[in-house]
Amino acid sequence: MLLAIILTPFISGIAAFLIRATGARRALLVGGALVHFALVAAAWVVRPAPAVGGWLALDEAGLLFLSITTLLFTAAAVYAISFLKRSERGHSHSSLIIHHSSLNEEADDELFTNAPEAVLIGCLFFFLGTMSVVCASQHLGLLWVAVEATTLASAPLIYFHRHARSLEAAWKYLLICSIGIALALLGNFLIAVATLGTGGHEMPLHMNALIASAKLFSQPWLKAAFIFLLVGYGTKMGLAPLHTWLPDAHSESPSMVSALLSGALLNCAFLGILRARQILCAAGLGEFTNGLLIGLGLLSMAFAAVFILAQADYKRLLAYSSVEHMGILAIGVGVGGIGTFGALFHAVNHSLTKAMLFLVAGNILALYQTKSVTAVRGLSRRLPVTAALWLAGFFAITGAPPFGTFTSELTILRGAFAQGNMLVGIAYLALLGLIFVAMATVVLRMAQGTSEHNESAPEPWLSIVPPAVLGALVLMLGVYLPKALADVLNGAARLIGGM
Amino acid sequence: MTSWMDMILVLLILPGFVMLGSSRLQACLGALALQGFLMGVLPLVSAESPITARLALLAAATVALKGVTLPKLLEKAMRRAEVRHEVEPFIGFGASILVGIAALAGSFWVSTRLPLPGSTEPSLAVAIALFNIFVGFTLLVTRKVALNQVVGYLVLESGIYIFGMSLALELPLMVELGILLDVFVAVFVMGIMIFHISRAFDHIDTDRLSTLKE
Repeated sequence: MLLAIILTPFISGIAAFLIRATGARRALLVGGALVHFALVAAAWVVRPAPAVGGWLALDEAGLLFLSITTLLFTAAAVYAISFLKRSERGHSHSSLIIHHSSLNEEADDELFTNAPEAVLIGCLFFFLGTMSVVCASQHLGLLWVAVEATTLASAPLIYFHRHARSLEAAWKYLLICSIGIALALLGNFLIAVATLGTGGHEMPLHMNALIASAKLFSQPWLKAAFIFLLVGYGTKMGLAPLHTWLPDAHSESPSMVSALLSGALLNCAFLGILRARQILCAAGLGEFTNGLLIGLGLLSMAFAAVFILAQADYKRLLAYSSVEHMGILAIGVGVGGIGTFGALFHAVNHSLTKAMLFLVAGNILALYQTKSVTAVRGLSRRLPVTAALWLAGFFAITGAPPFGTFTSELTILRGAFAQGNMLVGIAYLALLGLIFVAMATVVLRMAQGTSEHNESAPEPWLSIVPPAVLGALVLMLGVYLPKALADVLNGAARLIGGM
Repeated sequence: MTSWMDMILVLLILPGFVMLGSSRLQACLGALALQGFLMGVLPLVSAESPITARLALLAAATVALKGVTLPKLLEKAMRRAEVRHEVEPFIGFGASILVGIAALAGSFWVSTRLPLPGSTEPSLAVAIALFNIFVGFTLLVTRKVALNQVVGYLVLESGIYIFGMSLALELPLMVELGILLDVFVAVFVMGIMIFHISRAFDHIDTDRLSTLKE
């Protein structure tokens, strides 16, 4: 069954390139997404057996991140249908309602051509497939191959709009992430060095073998390995100061791709770091990783706060918010104890919320044709439902009650205080407050005010339902945490050395 | 067989200096091909046991990919983008060679300080690996032409790969081929993008890629 989870997206992806009819290809996108979703849902009932000689296996951490990925992909697939219909009409339509803005200079809003739809849908499926391999991989080498493959599958998605800025974003993404991931490969080799002359060598870089004999490994080499893995996968995860590709890629790609990049891909890179931490914890070096994670986490939050303050582009705003939340995840794991549980729970909440916000941002962008926050006014009159979702998403992402993000951010704070990290807790709280204020000024101004046109625009249900469902889920998680999810979260937290 | 291995390793210093000192992209790509070829031969001569089918397959794949396909691919991108030379690198070509010499000395020094666990002798392979990693980073940071940055990425990746090989690490064949495949697809996509960059910006000078910033 595990193989089915992994093969479904790849087969669908190849089919997307072969199918000629547009309607059939779009049906395949939603159908393939639903099949993958159903298979992963079944994995919650009966945990699939390891496949390919133990190389692929779903433990709790893998299952958690795989479930987030498939849920977001399904939402993005449904949303993509409305996006593609819109961009079909877009050529004649958008030229009428261009708003020139101070942010976007000459030639910015010129009509762009889109990549062929087959490339978009095919690469979306390959992206899903490679992320599934990342989640299920139990071998560090395979994990590395899969993470690098996610970069390659998603670069054409970022370049979908085929204009100079998306090209620049895709180039930076490809080059910076490839270099980062090359460093992670060095990290893998350093782990192999650490295992020299011990029992871990029969099955090199296999998670079970590594954890079983971690105590025997050379500690200095393990530490060096962790640093390289943290820098390598941290680049892909968007931890400051290695996040430079992230705002460009997230703001220039089509909105459902941004949602997947932010909500699913960053988590996959985080899983790479967690795997490395699993080994170091087994070797008794958990303390060493904590300091590094907390340091990078706080730095990421600080960087994000600076760039969110006075941000003029609302998609970049969301991108920097992702940097902030990746920082929160790193802090949560770094403080340990109940903070680990909080971090994993927060990964779920952040993914759902951020995907919702990016999809909503896509609706705003479709109407206003600009990403400048100053040019978007009177949202609540022109797109009432979108505006309501935008505001709800804002409260959710900043961790306001009663959303799930509030619970998880609070859990991390409790973890920090419970483990005696007073200063970390205080800095974390201060940065959260600062970011709340900074985001509020931007988001609220967009919703209010009046624009030149005050009539409300049509809001197709396909573009409204996916973000609304994601938002409702975050709200539900704030009020009620299902036992099955709590069990998986607890299991995953135990796995990566918390509690 | 170790003397053969040492010779190949020493030869692997050469392409790095060609890339650092040459403004002609054609020369850089030639050096890249030479490096790819040497990388393919390296696992064959480093084997203590007789050459297995696995090793032969790996060597053939490496030579075919890194020695032939990738340089050809980049050469094609170079022709289509109509660039021949690096333009005004941040560090000049003469100075780059000096950086290379410093990197080489530094790599040998570091390798004496870091003997691999279980052996007392400093490993030549570790020094060569570090040197190539340094050269890769230098190219990535100081060169402006997109094509040269791809070359830098490949040299960096090769350096890391040499490090892996120096461990005589028996990675499963699937993973080794996966790594090669990833590198191939990465360079393939980069090659396509170089063409698009040259069309969109009339240039493949990545300095012009600066619209997206705060």
